[in-house]
Amino acid sequence: MQNHFPLWKNILVLIVFAIGIVYALPNLYGDDPSVQVSSTHPAKLVQEQANKIESALKAGGFAIKTFEFKDGQVLARFTSADDQLKAADLLREQLNDDYNVALNLAPTTPTWLRSLGADAMYLGLDLRGGVHFLLEVDMDAAVKQADERYNDDVRLALRNEKIRYQSVSKDSGYIKVKLNSAEDKPALLTLLGKDFRTLDVTEPKEPDQVWLKLSEKEQRDIKKFAVAQNMTTLRNRVNELGVAEPVIQQQGENRIVIQLPGVQDTTRAKEILGTTATLEYRLVDVEHDVQQAVAGHVPVGSRLYNDRNGNPMLLDRRVIVTGDQIVDSSSGQDQDGRPSVNISLNGVGATKMGKLTQANIGKPMAVVFIEYKVETKLVNGQKVRHKEKVEKVINVATIQGVFSHRFQTTGLDSPQEARTLSLLLRAGALAAPVEIVEERTVGPSLGQDNIDKGILSFVVGFALVVLFMAVYYRLFGMIANFALAFNVVIVVAILSMLQATLTLPGIAGIILTVGMSVDANVLIFERIKEELKNGNTPQSAIFAGYDKAFATILDSHFTNLVVAVVLFAYGTGSVKGFAVTLIIGILSSMFTAITGTRMVINWVYGNRRVEKLSI
Amino acid sequence: MKTTNINFIGNRHIALIFSGVLMLISIGSLAVRGLHMGIDFTGGTLIEVGYQKAADLTVLRNTLDTQGFSDATVQNFGTTKDVLIRLRPQSGVSNVELSANVLEAINKNTAEPASVRRVEFVGPQVGDDLAEDGFLALLYSTIGILIYIAWRFEWKFSAGAVLATVHDVVVTLGLFSVLGLEFDLTVLAAVLALIGYSLNDTIVVYDRIRENFRELRNKSTEEIMNISVNVTLSRTIMTSLTVILVLISLFFLGGEVIHNFSIVLLFGVFFGTYSSIFIASPMALMLGISPEDLMIPVKEGAELDGRP
Repeated sequence: MQNHFPLWKNILVLIVFAIGIVYALPNLYGDDPSVQVSSTHPAKLVQEQANKIESALKAGGFAIKTFEFKDGQVLARFTSADDQLKAADLLREQLNDDYNVALNLAPTTPTWLRSLGADAMYLGLDLRGGVHFLLEVDMDAAVKQADERYNDDVRLALRNEKIRYQSVSKDSGYIKVKLNSAEDKPALLTLLGKDFRTLDVTEPKEPDQVWLKLSEKEQRDIKKFAVAQNMTTLRNRVNELGVAEPVIQQQGENRIVIQLPGVQDTTRAKEILGTTATLEYRLVDVEHDVQQAVAGHVPVGSRLYNDRNGNPMLLDRRVIVTGDQIVDSSSGQDQDGRPSVNISLNGVGATKMGKLTQANIGKPMAVVFIEYKVETKLVNGQKVRHKEKVEKVINVATIQGVFSHRFQTTGLDSPQEARTLSLLLRAGALAAPVEIVEERTVGPSLGQDNIDKGILSFVVGFALVVLFMAVYYRLFGMIANFALAFNVVIVVAILSMLQATLTLPGIAGIILTVGMSVDANVLIFERIKEELKNGNTPQSAIFAGYDKAFATILDSHFTNLVVAVVLFAYGTGSVKGFAVTLIIGILSSMFTAITGTRMVINWVYGNRRVEKLSI
Repeated sequence: MKTTNINFIGNRHIALIFSGVLMLISIGSLAVRGLHMGIDFTGGTLIEVGYQKAADLTVLRNTLDTQGFSDATVQNFGTTKDVLIRLRPQSGVSNVELSANVLEAINKNTAEPASVRRVEFVGPQVGDDLAEDGFLALLYSTIGILIYIAWRFEWKFSAGAVLATVHDVVVTLGLFSVLGLEFDLTVLAAVLALIGYSLNDTIVVYDRIRENFRELRNKSTEEIMNISVNVTLSRTIMTSLTVILVLISLFFLGGEVIHNFSIVLLFGVFFGTYSSIFIASPMALMLGISPEDLMIPVKEGAELDGRP
C-alpha cells in the first residue's frame, strides 16, 4: 500500500478544492456601473425620496438595470458606464446638498454566493481608476499651536491667581515666565504642579524666572491627537465628496493615505482634502483712514486686510466668531439669487454674535475667508517647507438687525465655491495643516486596459506552461497542470476571502506564481525519473521521488518566502499587492503540487501493478 | 533529458572570470552612469495622456517649452498615441498644481484634447522614504536568507548563496544602468522577487550536495559537487523555462507599465539559473566547504528528510 492515500486525505484535498472554487467564483461575475445615493445627514433616506430619485432617472431616459433601496441608500445599476456618468450628473444637478451622489461598481455576485460570504477581490486603483493621495500632517505646526495656547493659558492662570509677573514670553523653545519678585516663585511652582503637569519646569540661575517646556509625552500626545483629529475631518470631507468605498488610513507616524476609487476630478478632490479653510467674522473699522494704514500706520486695535479685488480694508482686531464655532452649514442662494452659505453657530458663538449685533446695528461687518496652504518645495536642492496663510474679505454687510444662531453669508464667487466652503465648514477644521506629498491618478480607460492586459498575459502564460508540461512530462505533466489550475483557484480564493486589493503587479505576481509553482512538480518528477533510472520499480520510484524531493521543496520555497515577506513588510501600495500574491502563491503551491498531484497519481497508479510510468 | 556529466566545477575558472568581467562592467556602469531613477525615488511629476491619433511630440515639446516647462521630457509610451510627460521636482513652483497646469498648456496647441490616463506626483520627502525602504528591504532580505541558510545548511553555503545572489542582482542592475532603463518601485519589487527565485535555484543544488556529502563518502568534494550540479541540471533548466515562458507572455502582453518588471525578471532568471549552476557551488568550494562540515547528522535535517 505504498501509493495510497487514506480516505481522510482524499476528502481533505477535495474539500479544499471545493471551497477554493466557491470563493474564487465571484470573480467571474463582473461589476455593474452604478450610482449610489445616500443622505448627507445622519438621518437615512426614506422611501419617498427614493421614489423621487427613481422617477428622476426614468425621466432622464436612462436604461436602469435594477433600482434598489436598502438601508436608507439608493443603488441604481446601469448597463453602460456612459449612462452611469450622465445619470450621476443629472442627480447631482437635481438633488440638493442633502443628498450624496457617488459612482460605484456594484458586484453582480449572485445572492447564494454572497450569503456564503464569498465576494470578488477588491480591485486596486490601477485597475479600476481613481486617485491615491498621501497627505503629510505638519506636526511642528500642531506643537507650535499648542505652545502658543499654553503661553496664553499660563498668563491667564497667573492673572487669576494674582501672581504678579513682568512677562510671559516664548524664547528659544521655552515659555519664559519672569516674575516681579522671586518671592512669588513658590506660589508659581504650586500653580504649575497643580494645573500644568504636562509642562517640564526648569529653574534657571535668575531667581525670578521659571522656564517651561512641553514635556516629551505631551508633545507625542499632541501629535497623535493631530493625526487622529485630521483623519476624522478628512473622513468627513471624503464622505461629502461622494465617493463609494473610500480608503482612509494612517501610514507611519504622520502620514495619511486616502484612496478615492472612481474619482477623476482630482483638482476638486485636492482642493477639498488639502485646504484648511475657515471663516471669521469681524467688525469693520470705520473710524480710521484706510490709506494711512496702507502707508504703514495701522491703528492699534485694527488689522489691514484685502478684499477679493485686492482693495485694502481695515477691520477690528478682535474676532467675533471663528470657524470652529460653526456647527452646521449648507449652501444655497439668497433672495437675489446670489450663491450663499447658511450658517448655524453653537451656543457660545451665538451669544457673542447676538450681543455684538445688538450693540452695532447699522455698522458694517466683514466676513474673512482664511485658507492655509502648506507645500514643500525644492530651493537650491534643499527641501523647504513653505507655509502660506491667505486671508481675504469675501463680504461686507451692514448689520440690519440682531441675529445669533442662524444667518446667511454671501459674497462668494460661484455656487461651486459656496458648496465647497459649506462643505469645509461642515466637515470641521483640520487640527494641523496637511500637505499632499504623493498623488497617483489612474484614468478609467487605463484601468480597464490594465485588467485586459493582465488577463491576456495570464491566459497566454498559463497556456504555454500547461502545453510545455504536458509535452515534456506527459501524463504526469497533465496531473501537474491540474495542480497548477488548482493552485490558481486557491490563490484567487484566498485573495478574495482576505478581500485583498488586486493590483497590476498583483496580477503579475499570480502569473509569476504560475511559472514558479510547477517547480515543486518538476523537482518531484525529475526525482522520480532518477529513481527509475537507478532501477527502482515504478511504485517505489513514485514513493521515493515524493519523499526525497520534499525536503528540497521545503528549503527552496522557504527562502523564497522569506524574501516575499520582507517585500511585504517594506513595500507600499501596489508592491504590497505583489508580495501578497507571491506569499499566498508559494504556500498554496506547496499544498497543490505535493498533496494535490500525489492524490491524483495515487488514483491513477496506486494499488496496482505498474510496468511503466507515463513521465 | 539524459543525466549529463559536464565538468562544471573543474572548469569553474572560466565561469568565474566571465562573471568577474560582468560584475566589473556592471559596477563600472553603476558608478559612472548610475541608475536612471524613476519619479518614485527622485520625486517629480509624471503624466500619461492618450490621443485618438498619433501624437506629434515636437508640437507638444515646443508647447511645453514656451509655456515655461522647459525641463519636461516628452516621449511615446507603448504606442504612438500615448505620450508620457515627465517633470523633475520644480523649484519654487507649486508641485501639487503642476499636473493641471501642464495639461492646460498642452491642450492649448493641439486640436484634440488629451485624455488623461495617469498622473503621478511624488513629493521629494516621499521619494527619499521609498528609496530608503527599498534599500532596507534588500538589506533585510539578504540578512534573513543568510541566517536561514546558515541554520539549515552551513555558513559557507550561506555565504556562497548570498554571493551568487548578489552577483545576479548586480549584473541585473548593471544591465539597467547600461541600457538606461528606468528604475522604479515595480522594478525594485521585481529585483526582490528575483532574489527569491535565484536563491530557490541555488538551494536545490545545495540540497543535493548536502545529501550526496552524506551518501557518497568515498568521493572528493569537487566530484560530489559536480555530480550534484549535473543531476539537478535538468530540473534547473526545466523550472527556468516555465518561468521564462510566463515572463515572455508578461513582457509582450502585460503592457508598458509591467515592461521593465518583466525585463528584470527575464534577465534575472537567466542569470539566476546561470549562477546557481556555475557560481554558487564553486563559491562554497572556494570558501572551503567539505563533507566534514555536514557529516554530523544535523537533527532537524534528519527529521525533515524522513529517513533514519
